[in-house]
Amino acid sequence: MQRQILDELAAIVGHDGLISAAEQLRTYECDGLTNFRVMPAAVVLPRTGEQVQHVVRICHRERIPFVARGSGTGLSGGALPVPGSIVISLARLNRILAVDIPNQRVVVEPGVINLHVTQHVAPYGYFYAPDPSSQSVCTIGGNVAENSGGAHCLKYGFTVNHVLGLKVVLPNGELVELGGAVLDQPGYDLAGVFVGSEGTLGIATEITLRIVKRPATVQTLLAAFNSTDEAGAAVSAIITAGILPAAIEMMDRLSRDAAEGAVQAGYPEADALLLVELDGPAAEVALLMERVKAICAECGAWEQRLAQSEAERAVVWKGRKAAFAAMGRISPDYIVQDGVIPRTALPRVLREIEQLSAAAGLRVANVFHAGDGNLHPLVLYDRSISGQEHVAEQLAFNILKLCVQAGGSITGEHGVGREKQQFMSQMFAEPDLDTMQLVRCAFDPQHIANPDKVFPRPRLCAEKPGRYEPHPLETAGIAELF
Amino acid sequence: MELSMIDHIQTLQSELGGIVGAEYVQPATSADMVDGVQPQLVVSPGSGDEVARVLRLANAAGLAIAPRGGGTKLGWGNRPERLDLVVSTRRLNEVLEHAWSDMTATVQAGCTVSAFQHQLAQHGQHLVLDPLWLDAATIGGILATNDSGALRVRFGTLRDLILGITVALPDGTLAKSGGKVVKNVAGYDLPKLMTGALGTLGIIVDATFRLYPLPAETTILRVAPASIQSANDLMVRVLDSTLVPTGLQCHVAVNQAPEVWIRFEGMRAALEAQLEQLRQICEATSISQTLTTHDLWPGLRRMWQRSQATLICKTSVLPSDIAAMVKAVERVARPLRLDWELVAQAVGVGSLRLHGANDQALLAALTIIRAEITTLGGTVVVLDAPLGVKQQIDVWGPTKAPALMRRVKDHFDPQHMLNPGRFVGF
Ligand SMILES: Cc1cc2nc3c(=O)[nH]c(=O)nc-3n(C[C@H](O)[C@H](O)[C@H](O)COP(=O)(O)OP(=O)(O)OC[C@H]3O[C@@H](n4cnc5c(N)ncnc54)[C@H](O)[C@@H]3O)c2cc1C
Repeated sequence: MQRQILDELAAIVGHDGLISAAEQLRTYECDGLTNFRVMPAAVVLPRTGEQVQHVVRICHRERIPFVARGSGTGLSGGALPVPGSIVISLARLNRILAVDIPNQRVVVEPGVINLHVTQHVAPYGYFYAPDPSSQSVCTIGGNVAENSGGAHCLKYGFTVNHVLGLKVVLPNGELVELGGAVLDQPGYDLAGVFVGSEGTLGIATEITLRIVKRPATVQTLLAAFNSTDEAGAAVSAIITAGILPAAIEMMDRLSRDAAEGAVQAGYPEADALLLVELDGPAAEVALLMERVKAICAECGAWEQRLAQSEAERAVVWKGRKAAFAAMGRISPDYIVQDGVIPRTALPRVLREIEQLSAAAGLRVANVFHAGDGNLHPLVLYDRSISGQEHVAEQLAFNILKLCVQAGGSITGEHGVGREKQQFMSQMFAEPDLDTMQLVRCAFDPQHIANPDKVFPRPRLCAEKPGRYEPHPLETAGIAELF
Repeated sequence: MELSMIDHIQTLQSELGGIVGAEYVQPATSADMVDGVQPQLVVSPGSGDEVARVLRLANAAGLAIAPRGGGTKLGWGNRPERLDLVVSTRRLNEVLEHAWSDMTATVQAGCTVSAFQHQLAQHGQHLVLDPLWLDAATIGGILATNDSGALRVRFGTLRDLILGITVALPDGTLAKSGGKVVKNVAGYDLPKLMTGALGTLGIIVDATFRLYPLPAETTILRVAPASIQSANDLMVRVLDSTLVPTGLQCHVAVNQAPEVWIRFEGMRAALEAQLEQLRQICEATSISQTLTTHDLWPGLRRMWQRSQATLICKTSVLPSDIAAMVKAVERVARPLRLDWELVAQAVGVGSLRLHGANDQALLAALTIIRAEITTLGGTVVVLDAPLGVKQQIDVWGPTKAPALMRRVKDHFDPQHMLNPGRFVGF
């Protein structure tokens, strides 16, 4: 990067806010998707929204690509630098700016850690509902960019349902307000579009969140089944019975063993575990829990434990939340995949994953948000065995294909990023992608905000979209509409 | 009309007929006017593909288009700058799929809300939204206007319920976005972009929603706080409690004491407990309460009865500012001798009806009320007004990020053919 630009950047963020030495840049060469690595040209760590704006103005003037970065826990390569880019870390914009309990609003800077929001409002009996398993480290800015979910999103919705307003530095350096504390503002719902845009439409520098009152009662049930088929059937049965649990999570045998090994949660020795949490008014929760238990029993649950204390609940959840990391105990390497299927397809797709796994000769562990149909197959492999990484990647992609064929999605919460760019065309036809590009071009005509992510191939804004081609799902005869 | 113009229209009519079938292109009548602007033709495509082809043709011919569902809210938005062609979605009226065991459904844009709900009810489910005029309003129409009702306090609005969408764009593209599953973050969220866009970016052809079970039982409590301030306080207290109401709204009018309506839904035993907790909150603040079998809706429907010199606005403030807003309305209305009535959802969104002697009084009131509510950080959007008033105002009021919104519009509809002039500055 030119000396003069580095000097300009240093003048904005200070010398302690600029990183340009190769050995220090290495920290930023990847996110949670560690098999992709690119060195950025520089990293800046601004402290204010204004500094972000000044940096982006330089990027705009010089047409330098920039990549926003929160905590770098993203699992799809969203914060992966692009060659020659400036990484804009939001880690130092970490203040909670305002708390308005009567109106259930909190205003934060993007670098605030997800869990800190809940900790901040807990004394008033509130919490911030979207709870990714990474909530103790990931930032609200990253959550906004990915539209992150979590176990409790089944009932409470995803990040997008909890973001009311944003201040955004657009790729041309303009600062805009999208949405706000007051609902239903006139004009397009650009806040709704920005959430989930994976850093490609600009940088959020202030976010107005909705917080939620803690429910009167929470009950957590752990049910043990002999197969994921049975557990999957129970999930569908609970939902179609008109019960909306706060969370339904599933772990198969491998995940159960890994989690148990890691945190000794005392899980039953089962081939499939369901964790069902109900919350709400006490009388309602009590009634519904009886029905959930009856449904689980009908579907073959041979042991059901209702957590009897907050401590017991915490242990049950600890195992679940540790499951990804626990894979390290049973495999040297693993790929975390993220796909969605209709809930009713759970038993069938899990069986098909098993078949794919057997055919590839690699183990696949499943630990996931079952209530949403959001699968997280973990493909276990050993990088040191020649060719195995490739087989693992192939298997992971074949699992995604299954999801699309079942009428689902290639990502439920981790985003497309770099990892699944090419996969977008499995789910969307050219006209669909061209239409999304219209949004991109309105926000970022120069394509400097996290370029070459999300979409299968870069496209110039003036480029004419091609003529209509049948939707890939239509051609495959899978679906008439999506 | 000039002969060449008539020729032109006849050519268009036959070209459109070539796409949708001659019987589905009709000369427009005065009943098709939008805010007094007379279109020439009404076309009713029979498929998404036909909508796209109609749009491409119309775009090439430089026509101004108004998409139309049930026509119940056609007057929302500014008066059209121009209008040639009404594209009616009335033939796109089918529920395409009700995946009841997955609790999702895909429905065409021209299906009425009540027809949709009727079909969903066969499996004990519903689109958990209570917009205006269910029997005539269509799915496309409620999406384009982002209409909502009392249920939003618990379930949010359409943006929280929509999963996927198919839209036809002016250049003839038919595009899908989102999906059919309840969780999906692949690509930009165009369903949200289209929701509330008043048909200015494309024509919605079909949409997929997440569904909820129909409630087992419903109870409604009507309470009578002494003042609007105590009504507001009560609503804020309920929001701040562990109660889970599916409706919480207050109704207040000139020279009338305010009322707060609270609705609970669910299983009988659980309802009783919630009612009891609510009674305790009321008693602690010595507010009298009565159980009622009335629904929350008549109040709102009455607001919409048409009469001369009436303005109906959608207001939005923070939940704790409802009383301040009402006081502002009162202050402005009294000297102007205006009748007024307001139904406000606890979340802060309300419908305000102002009725006066003449347009001037309404205009004056609107200007001051909007200024006061803007100071509260709120917004006032005029939904219905006499034409004379409408022509002198911007119904939307100030908007945020207007330049960016215009850029979005320019990319989707470069010629500004869709509802020109009716939205926020374009
Ligand atoms: C162990 C583990 C468990 C996880 N569990 C979950 C889970 O349960 N649910 C889930 O949804 N995700 C989960 N994740 C994924 C990840 O934590 C989330 O995607 C998270 O939101 C990323 O936040 P971050 O601060 O690390 O963002 P980063 O990884 O730094 O960035 C993510 C994306 O956000 C963009 N970005 C960051 N800040 C901004 C900003 N201010 N404005 C605009 N764009 C910005 C970046 O450019 C990038 O595209 C998990 C990850 C790990 C490692």
